[in-house]
Amino acid sequence: METERTFLEYLRHISENLSPLDFLLIYDNLGKFFEGALVTLQLTILALFLGGLLAIPMAIARAYRKPGWSQAIWGYTYAFRGTPLLVQTYLFYFGLGQFEAVRNSFLWGPVLSDPWWCVLIAFTLNTAAYTTEFLKGAIETTPEGEVEASKACGMSPFTRMRLVVLPSAFRRALPAYSNEVIFTLHGSVIASTVTLQDLLGVGRWLNGRYYLAYEGFITAMVFYMGIVFLISIAFRMAEKRYLRHLRPHEADPSAQANATI
Amino acid sequence: MQLIYEYRQILLEGVGVTVSLAVLSLILSVICGLGGAFAKLSQSRSIRQAGNSYTTFVRSVPDLVLMMLIFYGGQVMLNDIGRITGLWGYVDVNQFIAGALTLGFIFGAYMAETFRGAILAIPRGQIEAAMSAGMNPRQIFRLVTWPQMVRYALPSFTNNWLVLIKSTALVSVIGLHDLVWNAFAAGRSTHKLFTFMIAVLVIYLVITGISDLLLRWVDRRYSAGVKRA
Repeated sequence: METERTFLEYLRHISENLSPLDFLLIYDNLGKFFEGALVTLQLTILALFLGGLLAIPMAIARAYRKPGWSQAIWGYTYAFRGTPLLVQTYLFYFGLGQFEAVRNSFLWGPVLSDPWWCVLIAFTLNTAAYTTEFLKGAIETTPEGEVEASKACGMSPFTRMRLVVLPSAFRRALPAYSNEVIFTLHGSVIASTVTLQDLLGVGRWLNGRYYLAYEGFITAMVFYMGIVFLISIAFRMAEKRYLRHLRPHEADPSAQANATI
Repeated sequence: MQLIYEYRQILLEGVGVTVSLAVLSLILSVICGLGGAFAKLSQSRSIRQAGNSYTTFVRSVPDLVLMMLIFYGGQVMLNDIGRITGLWGYVDVNQFIAGALTLGFIFGAYMAETFRGAILAIPRGQIEAAMSAGMNPRQIFRLVTWPQMVRYALPSFTNNWLVLIKSTALVSVIGLHDLVWNAFAAGRSTHKLFTFMIAVLVIYLVITGISDLLLRWVDRRYSAGVKRA
């Protein structure tokens, strides 16, 4: 109790005398920022998960040039990769209500009039488009020998995909995927433009409520930096584990000794 | 279709704002990017660190957050500085300038990575040969580094430009009357937002399609004399 009071007094002292930022206010509203971070993370993780699930079959269809499917999927990924996520989100949230049929459908009440769901749909389709394209690239660069070997072992096309092609394609796509995860997190700020209280939404709320210029945005910024830092650590660990075979081998002194004998 | 045609004037004005904002941001980002790339390749440790922290910082903060901080915070800061120093009175930061500065700053970091990679791709021997031929650093940059840098940097530069065009949509959130803002206003007043948003998506696809063609032409020009596999 004693230390907490002195800490708060310390904060008040800094805020009033030393810094242009009101740290006490930020401290008081920290709970709100954690709630906002939860919304941001929820949207990002769900969109990445659902988008990833959609992307796997689409990438396979693109990589093996399934007639008809491949062109249709290309059209979809081209449209979603060539246009701003903001406009895509507006299209789902504000646009769908234009149609009588949509407003009368059973989905309108629980899903399509709710900003959370609209944002999730837009983010999912957006990240699925990007993921499809680089996963397709990774599947196409599967070494021919691996495919031949799995055929020689008598694997069915499904088993071959599950045990040989996809695991190695996922490994090759890992560095590109870390960028995609960070971009999806960055894109999630768009949720705040359709009234959702994500991290930036809380920042904007705080600034609007107390008529401030920096505090809300800077706090949101620090939170985003923290999340990106954690993501990059997670990917560095994943790359260390799953791309181990690509790292240069360290010289093994005992092996060298054997070779000279 | 009829509706879009009726509102063509306001949409075209929006396209003008979007494209000029994108071009201005691109110029700023190339300047920031060249600075960043040379900082990252500098001999001095502290300049190198400054360059690295610039790119790391931008990679970790969403663009809209930075844009709002610069637009709202920058305005207050400018006025505070003006009040304290007494050098200038009330300044109103314009959305166009705030947007261009933010986008230029953000994409400068991505350009820095692009240019750094391109500079590293130039064989060291060519720089040494230029030095031994008696060229000064400026001549080396103009005659040896730059022409080849453009070629190596172009694929990733194209990519950055396409992302930049799409990012300009965010300035509508801070109230600049760009394509998205104008289309949104038109759609809201006619209760046809879906139609207008689809129109915006198509216009963005056309803009990116045209820039793809242009950059392909630049690529052909700078790759003259290079054998393609």
